[in-house]
Amino acid sequence: MKDTYEAIKVTDDIYWVGAIDWGIRDFHGYLTGRGTTYNAFVILADTITLIDTVKAPFKQEMLARIASIVNPEDISYIISNHTEMDHSGSLPDVIEAVKPEKVFASMNGVKALADHFHMDREIIGVQDRETVSLGSRNVTFVETKMLHWPDSMFTYLTEEKFLFSSDAFGMHLASSERFADQLDDGILEYEAAKYYANILLPFSPLVTKLLDKVAGLGITINTIAPDHGPIWRKEPTRMLNSYATWAAQEPTNKAVVVYDTMWESTTAMARAIGEGLAAGGTTTRLMPLRSCHRSDVATDILDAGALLVGSPTINNNIFPTVADTLTYLKGLKPQNLIGAAFGSCGWSGEAVKQISDMLAAMKIELIGDGVKVKYVPDSAALAQCYSLGERIAAKLKETCK
Amino acid sequence: MKKYVCLVCGYVYDPAVGDPDGGIAAGTPFEDLPDDWVCPVCGASKDQFEEETG
Repeated sequence: MKDTYEAIKVTDDIYWVGAIDWGIRDFHGYLTGRGTTYNAFVILADTITLIDTVKAPFKQEMLARIASIVNPEDISYIISNHTEMDHSGSLPDVIEAVKPEKVFASMNGVKALADHFHMDREIIGVQDRETVSLGSRNVTFVETKMLHWPDSMFTYLTEEKFLFSSDAFGMHLASSERFADQLDDGILEYEAAKYYANILLPFSPLVTKLLDKVAGLGITINTIAPDHGPIWRKEPTRMLNSYATWAAQEPTNKAVVVYDTMWESTTAMARAIGEGLAAGGTTTRLMPLRSCHRSDVATDILDAGALLVGSPTINNNIFPTVADTLTYLKGLKPQNLIGAAFGSCGWSGEAVKQISDMLAAMKIELIGDGVKVKYVPDSAALAQCYSLGERIAAKLKETCK
Repeated sequence: MKKYVCLVCGYVYDPAVGDPDGGIAAGTPFEDLPDDWVCPVCGASKDQFEEETG
């Protein structure tokens, strides 16, 4: 009986054999509102080669797609570009099923695969820019350490000018279409930015270096196939340009106000700050944290120039949702931000200072000492919040010309 | 001797240990590492390191 899952032709000799995860919404804490795909590819060279695998529960889907074009046992090489389990989870079982002659990974990939799967199987470590012949085709490996794991690498198929870019240039987006040019442009832009903000932002200095390195290789790229989301065949350099912009983190005249509240006092402060920011000409996003996910906050921070954080004080501490998002943002290391803290409290009111200290530790330039209000803000307190918004707006206008 | 932390991946260079895989003998202070030395975990260059505090 014919299987329902089939390989999708990408070029004459390259087929997509990945899996579509329509249902996932929590990807290790990243809200994947549109699901995702785990992309794997078969190269039909003399030496038939599989690039990456899929998350373990999707193994049968991938094997069925492979079987629609080739007997899986005819695959001689498997290349693992990235050890994270959404791409390697099926690897041990696929090795068992396919019995490949050779399995390749970066030097760090060899160690990381051993630490994941404890397999009794040789994985061949490849060097940066090492080339391996597939008979009629050649692949060159490009080390991309910390983009976004120590083991990450690209595989470049020379004859087709085809870059398998692992977790770079991708996005979490489930779709029946396999190519970016078949999808809505606004959704692509948003999901690619969200992916960058949540996965690659902390490594922005390395992204800049990598783009220089890729440019320095002097290679032409006709197609970029990431491990998540659609394949870029019509505008292969579009994501290179977007990554250059995002990595530079030039601030724009935009402020993000994140906060939570217990009795709506901190909300009232956030609203007043937001009105002051908007009146000052700043694009303003208010993100109440019991409605907004931390990964959406990260996305909005990507092109922002200011981050304002508000929290009530609960039992001498920051409200937990605010601490959650701040911890997450701290790890993402956003650059070139100005900011301030605010919040309502009953008696001790430590949260505003605690937030200010965290913002300072994130190298965010603090504007003022923060606004702290007892219980419910009166009109004078709200005016102070509005004025903080105006000050931030004025500063952004000055720096984001 | 002072330890230095990689700002990219968090690896700590401990002079007492050196970087044997990178050909750096134990006892080599961070300052004496060659300019082209890179973080053994993530490949970041020396200027991406800061003295470990606390």
